[in-house]
Amino acid sequence: MAMAADEIEALIRAGLPDAQVRITDLAGDGNHYAAHVVSESFRGLSRLAQQRAVYATLGERMGGDLHALQLTTAAPN
Amino acid sequence: MTDSAHARIQDLVSKNEVVLFMKGTPLFPQCGFSSRAVAILERIGVPYESVDVLQDQEIRQGIKSFSDWPTIPQLYVKGEFLGGSDIMMEMYEAGELQQLLAPQGASHAS
Repeated sequence: MAMAADEIEALIRAGLPDAQVRITDLAGDGNHYAAHVVSESFRGLSRLAQQRAVYATLGERMGGDLHALQLTTAAPN
Repeated sequence: MTDSAHARIQDLVSKNEVVLFMKGTPLFPQCGFSSRAVAILERIGVPYESVDVLQDQEIRQGIKSFSDWPTIPQLYVKGEFLGGSDIMMEMYEAGELQQLLAPQGASHAS
């Protein structure tokens, strides 16, 4: 079970339309990714709430098809 | 099942100041994220309780709904969910985790 990087990006952008998303395939195996997500909607939110917002866009896929996602989030500078 | 899992998890995070739910053990982590979480706690040098979710299916499933968080590892400090390994790393790099886990912050007095 794996997911393509552009599929991850599409899901995140569907849930967070303003988000800038940068996906890195860490192991080249379509299974271990890093995502850096920047969204104005994160402003004033805790790290926990920011990451929850990203996880919400991925729904059941997270922890299922998508095994390993290293996640960092920020509001725009 | 969920109720009993949640009761057990509540018990664990109430009775231990610092609890890491992880895959594997601190000596033999079974996943890169759990390994990273352990490395951060070891670096800080704080005593912690670890729970190997691979040895306990009830907790493995229950912890996700208990915390409303889809991935493992998960760190609890004083009964509060702090986040997964990415948040631990960000907090560590910002010096916040060390401060939170400093002896006066998480004493074992109780």
